[in-house]
Amino acid sequence: MKQTPSQTVGPYFAYGLTPEQYLYSFKSLANNELVAIEDEQIIVKGRVFDGEGNVIPDAMLEIWDAKNNLFGRFGTGTEKDNSFVFKTQKPGSIDGQAPYLSVILFMRGQLIHSYTRIYFSDEDLNTTDTTLLQIEESRRSTLIAQKQEKFYEFNIYMQGDNETVFFEI
Amino acid sequence: MSNLIYNLFDEEVQPPRLYPDYKSTVLRAPTKPLVLLKQSLSELSGPVFGDFELGTLDHDLTRNSIVNGEPLGERIVVHGTVFNENGQPIPNTLIEIWQANSCGRYVHKVDQHDAPLDPNFLGAGRCMTDANGNYKFYTIKPGAYPWGNHYNAWRPNHIHFSLFGANITNRLVTQMYFPGDPLLQHDPIFLGVPPKGRDLLISKFDLDATEESFALGYRFDFVLRGNNATPFEKI
Ligand SMILES: [Fe+2]
Repeated sequence: MKQTPSQTVGPYFAYGLTPEQYLYSFKSLANNELVAIEDEQIIVKGRVFDGEGNVIPDAMLEIWDAKNNLFGRFGTGTEKDNSFVFKTQKPGSIDGQAPYLSVILFMRGQLIHSYTRIYFSDEDLNTTDTTLLQIEESRRSTLIAQKQEKFYEFNIYMQGDNETVFFEI
Repeated sequence: MSNLIYNLFDEEVQPPRLYPDYKSTVLRAPTKPLVLLKQSLSELSGPVFGDFELGTLDHDLTRNSIVNGEPLGERIVVHGTVFNENGQPIPNTLIEIWQANSCGRYVHKVDQHDAPLDPNFLGAGRCMTDANGNYKFYTIKPGAYPWGNHYNAWRPNHIHFSLFGANITNRLVTQMYFPGDPLLQHDPIFLGVPPKGRDLLISKFDLDATEESFALGYRFDFVLRGNNATPFEKI
């Protein structure tokens, strides 16, 4: 059988996929708070930019942490600066590889979704991680969230000099 | 499971990232080649949604947001099966649905199309496939609506879908269209799909599924990415 073709998520996904975040009266199946216990929490935060450097206000990110079985979803249309914010825990290392979150990215203007990963700047395992080493050095940093005082910052660039590495999986 | 490898997107039927006729792809499509990733635990797993998480009217968009009467428009029932490319039906697949109302207006605050909202219609719902991979939901046939892509651009009638399959490689977001829609040949989102894939996005009118004096039936099957396991033998 042939795969069903993908189509864009479009601009109006919010009341179906992230309804509580956008204040629609429909229950959300997933949100951006993946763990409740505060002392285990990390915050991952960032924005998505188009090819002209404009912040994209209608993207949706899904993150998947296979190690801890955690899934989250957030649209970029509700924070003042159109960032996405996830409260989760540091994913652990699998098979000695650097910890990361899988990201599925959807937006108007994408006929098919994109996959990327979020690694963390304070992890020594980054230097020996086979996936990171597979990527040319100049682009590796696009996959690494930078530790700030209170959160990890991870910006996604769809195009340009800093274009984020996207994966085929 | 550890030896399973899931198929990649099939370029014969999947749309390209850049499709300039659909203008917003120009600044939003990645330009550098994708990096092929060896599938690991992360790619071969994904969130599991249980039936218990669904509300009792989630599968019935004609009833799930009634305020003071029934939503206006043509009632339809949409059903089908979720398969993978190997032909295996996929049970327990979450299907999320969102759409415009019968006038072509979305509840979404950003939608400024000058057509009326329906106080009794939200346009969002969801359902799960059963043990045989089948699903069914009730809704109102969505109207066509204009958009800003080019002069006099109109989207064909469509329903948006989001599916979670066995793992994150199986993730699918798509749109279902209706047979005989004259707008299809003018819609760059639909035409972004290569010719071989286009028919796969058009539902079929289904008289057997049509409920007498109640709702017209449409059939729409989904096919998620398959894997290298032995092809499924029809019994
Ligand atoms: Fe739409």
